[in-house]
Order: sequence, then structure tokens, then C-alpha cells
Amino acid sequence: MATKTVAEKPNGPVAAALLAGGIGSAVLGLVTLIYELNDKSAFAKSLAWYKPAGALTGKSGLGIIAFFVAWAVLHFIFKDKETEFNRIATISFVLLVIGLLGTFPPVWHLFAGG
Amino acid sequence: MEMNLREIWTVVHGMVFGFIFLLGFSGALYAVYSMKTEWLTAEGISKTVNNIKIYLWGLAISVWAAVFTGTYIVYPWYRANPPQGATDLSTFPKFLLLANENTAQWHEFGMEWKEHVAFLAPIAATVVAFVASYYGPMLAKKIGERRAVMVFFIFAFATAAVAGLFGAFITKAAPVR
Repeated sequence: MATKTVAEKPNGPVAAALLAGGIGSAVLGLVTLIYELNDKSAFAKSLAWYKPAGALTGKSGLGIIAFFVAWAVLHFIFKDKETEFNRIATISFVLLVIGLLGTFPPVWHLFAGG
Repeated sequence: MEMNLREIWTVVHGMVFGFIFLLGFSGALYAVYSMKTEWLTAEGISKTVNNIKIYLWGLAISVWAAVFTGTYIVYPWYRANPPQGATDLSTFPKFLLLANENTAQWHEFGMEWKEHVAFLAPIAATVVAFVASYYGPMLAKKIGERRAVMVFFIFAFATAAVAGLFGAFITKAAPVR
């Protein structure tokens, strides 16, 4: 009787996606925090990509671009590789938390000393 | 029963795209959780995966649509500046909230957190949809990967829930009209 076998796939593309998700999240959080610490800076002003919606468009835009660019680059690097998945997953979770903290207003006040 | 254009877009943003994601989450999470070789037959896993791929991509697209309609269509109405000397702020929700110290925190904490944290949800949801599509039935054998996917998915839900909850409260306190 013939048995159907499923070819193993490397975990590299999955690790790349998870890490990219973490990077996108962390970039969004850090850009938001930097903006909130000084919303009059040249960098802060440059984030108003769509004037009616203000700097939210640039902050979210940079996070989204970081996510997709990191994903493309990491996918290219990891696509055929078997990675240390648990380590990459842990780093991705930490990056997600950095993103979450960066969007949390009390953290802005903590860094601003207010 | 009448709604103006702004109210319709607010509903589309929150009650259509946002709620599709929030309501669809628990079913999708359970489907991913239950993808275990000891629980399902090979045929069962294969069918579950095929359904779940479409389901997860649908949820990811829905939450992307929620953040983009929210940011580029509804948010400009929310944050619009009132004309100099305006006393009726009912069509300027941000300034209506800030004008009263009892409601100012809805903007300063609620809206400020909501508008940023919401963007974490589609990023995490897209990763989940990709992993399910990439592995297909093999996901059932990948215990670590399946757990990581569930962490990402719960994170996506939690961030979308924060955004949705504050959106509902803020809309009650100062609706976009």
C-alpha cells in the first residue's frame, strides 16, 4: 500500500514572518515614543504624510514599511534554512511588547518625566 | 434611522471591519489550537487547514481595512480644527472632549492609545495568516510554531480589542457627525 508523505518545509520563512512582525511592531512603538517626546522636532513634523490625519500616517506608515521590508529581507535570508525557532519566536514576542509599550501613553509620560 | 456620510463611515470602520475581526477571532483561534494530530484525522486536518487559511486571510484583510478606513477617512473628521471662536463643538469630537476636564482623558489616554495600538493588530494577524498558509496541514505537527502563531493571534486580538473598546466609548462621548 502506498503511503502519502508530506515534504517537510523549513521553518525559515515562518521565523522571518514572526521576526518581521516583531520588527514592524517595535518600529511603530519606537517612532511613536520619539514623536511624543518632542512633537515639534523636524522628524516629528516630517511624519504628517497625509495632512488631514496628521503624524499618525507617518508613524503607522513607518511601522508598516518596516514590517514588509524586514519580511522581504528576512525571507530572502531564511527561506531555505532551518532556524532556531524558539529563540527567534522569543525575540519576536519581546519586539511585540516593545511596540505595545511604545504606543501606551503612560510610557510616553514616563520618558518625558511628566 | 437616518445616518449621514460620516456616521456611515464610522460604522463601516468599527462595526463592520473591526467587528468582523473581533467576532471571528475566537473561532479562528480554536481552529488553530485544535489542529493536533491526536485530535484530527489527516483528512480532518487537511479540510480544517483549507478553511482556516481563507478565514485567517479574511480576518487579516478586515483588520487592515479597519485601520485604514479609521486613519484616512474617520480620523480626519475626529481631529479637525474648529473655526476661530466656535462655541458649538459638536462636530469637532477631539475638541469637544478636550473642552471638558471630565472627558479630556477620553482623548488624551483613550484616543491616543487607540489610534496607535490598532496598527499592531493587522501586522500580527498577517503573520498568523501567512504561517497557516505556508505550513498547511503540516502545522498540526509543528507544536512550537502553532503556539507562536497563537501568541501572535491573541496579541492581534488584544490590540484590536483595546482599539475597538475605546472607539466605542469615545464615539458615545463625542460621536463623529
